[in-house]
Amino acid sequence: MEKEMYEVRFHGRGGQGAVTAATILADAAFREGKDVQAFPIFGVERRGAPVAAFMRMDTKPIDLKTQIYEPDSIVVLDPTLLDVIDVTKGLKEGGKIIINSSKKASEFKFGKAKVYTIDATKIAVKHGLGTKTNPIVNTAILGAYSKAVGNVSIEAIEEAIGEKVPRKKEENKKAAREAYEVTRGE
Amino acid sequence: MVKKVIYGNHAVSYGARDARAEVIAAYPITPQTQVVELLSEFCASGELKAKFIKVESEHSAMAACVGASAAGARAFTATSSQGLALMHEMLHWASNARHPIVMANINRAMGPPWNIWTDQNDSISQRDTGWLQFYCSTNQEVYDTTLMTFKICENDKVLLPGMLVLDAFVLSHTSEVVDMPLQEEIDEFLPPYRAKYKLDLDDPRAFGGLMFPDWYYELKYKQHTSMEEALDVIEKVGKEFGDRFGRYYGLVEEYRIEEAEIVLIVSGTIAQTSKEAVDILRKEGMKIGLVRMRTFRPFPKEKIRKIASKVNKMIVIDRNISFGSEGAFFTETKACLYNEKDRPMIFGVIIGLGGRDVTVEDIMKIAKKGKEGKFKVNEINWWGVKL
Repeated sequence: MEKEMYEVRFHGRGGQGAVTAATILADAAFREGKDVQAFPIFGVERRGAPVAAFMRMDTKPIDLKTQIYEPDSIVVLDPTLLDVIDVTKGLKEGGKIIINSSKKASEFKFGKAKVYTIDATKIAVKHGLGTKTNPIVNTAILGAYSKAVGNVSIEAIEEAIGEKVPRKKEENKKAAREAYEVTRGE
Repeated sequence: MVKKVIYGNHAVSYGARDARAEVIAAYPITPQTQVVELLSEFCASGELKAKFIKVESEHSAMAACVGASAAGARAFTATSSQGLALMHEMLHWASNARHPIVMANINRAMGPPWNIWTDQNDSISQRDTGWLQFYCSTNQEVYDTTLMTFKICENDKVLLPGMLVLDAFVLSHTSEVVDMPLQEEIDEFLPPYRAKYKLDLDDPRAFGGLMFPDWYYELKYKQHTSMEEALDVIEKVGKEFGDRFGRYYGLVEEYRIEEAEIVLIVSGTIAQTSKEAVDILRKEGMKIGLVRMRTFRPFPKEKIRKIASKVNKMIVIDRNISFGSEGAFFTETKACLYNEKDRPMIFGVIIGLGGRDVTVEDIMKIAKKGKEGKFKVNEINWWGVKL
């Protein structure tokens, strides 16, 4: 049977918008006809502390109400987390990792996982999202997700940003679009 | 009709908005805060024409709702855990005075130690306050149940307050798709509340006075029979809701119980996850089904008896514990079957307190162990305890 459920785990630090990123991605997938869920791992997001969030989508109604233990892909909003936690924990074989980093993807090695990098910090700063010291990178990295994974369109992500982002909607859409353009898919 | 991806908490807020609540009094507590934040925005923008009363505690929140309901208004509040516990005195008041107040309670564990995650000990502890209790398992059901609870509670045969319950984080902070009907359609389903008896300067009445032993007892009898009558009202309102909006609700949800030899009795989001387990086990050939308990008060005794008459084993999975006894749903399930001739074997399992995740694998293992009759019968079974 073809597996239709797709699960994503987001890693970030409190304040970067990991939980919102999961919600925007869910909203975008919903716009393309999927049933969706997005939720934080524990719900006590303190600024700067490592946080995780989940997104689950399926062509069929989703009954599962558990956390995600074996994600199909992983999104890392803050590269400093790579030294702190095992972001690849439970990643399915052949899964994808999208990392906010100025380094090339080839500089990372996570077993058989396919790595994509995007300098979401630079893009966020350029579009005036957050501050230079605390840029909000969640919308930029979703643009990269769209290109890298290919199961949610950039147009749907832009629409979802319009719905779920409270301020600077246009700048956020542009950041997502720019990240989408510069990320190389397969 | 609007279809949106929203938090469970906001499904409550939209539900209260679309039910046209007239007075909202609430005090914030994690994980309920978003419910009240959005409602206060609705009130500030005029989108909801309700009086929003800020209060200094949950006890006062319920007191304000009691006052509002006594004046004939449709009153709403939301709370969680310690907040619900602090309301306890006024919960009795609301029910004893027959005020059809509606409240959302986000199921959160009781401290200490502090824990903001889900279990049912907060709401189960309010079992005897005379409130109807509905346990939800999706954000859609949260929204729908908010609307239905007003209609059920305001019914002349019921006139009791009602609590809808949703799991902390697993629903409250989880975004899911929620389908909200048009306001005109909701207004037809849920017309304005017209209180039969209310505080009225032109028609003065006394409320909450002293009642001697010669009649107090009869009022308690009436309160109880109204609760029993609610069983029928809940089913009728659930059917009408389904006829209008396409989503049907009853006292319980039966899932794949046809020809089942064993059934799981579960409530809240664990029940939703358990459906996956049932699907897998059915594929493996196990004759298993699931009964999702939507209603805890009034307890759907007849439903349980009917289901029990057809199966060999029942496993009651409780995300709550009455210390020194057992899980609340387990107690109730057994109690209503005691005088039945053909009773199935019943096991009680405690799981997931304080928000510990309950997985499909957990449920499958529980089902298999139950089928093999390997659980203790006269004691509770703690699932996954690390001691």
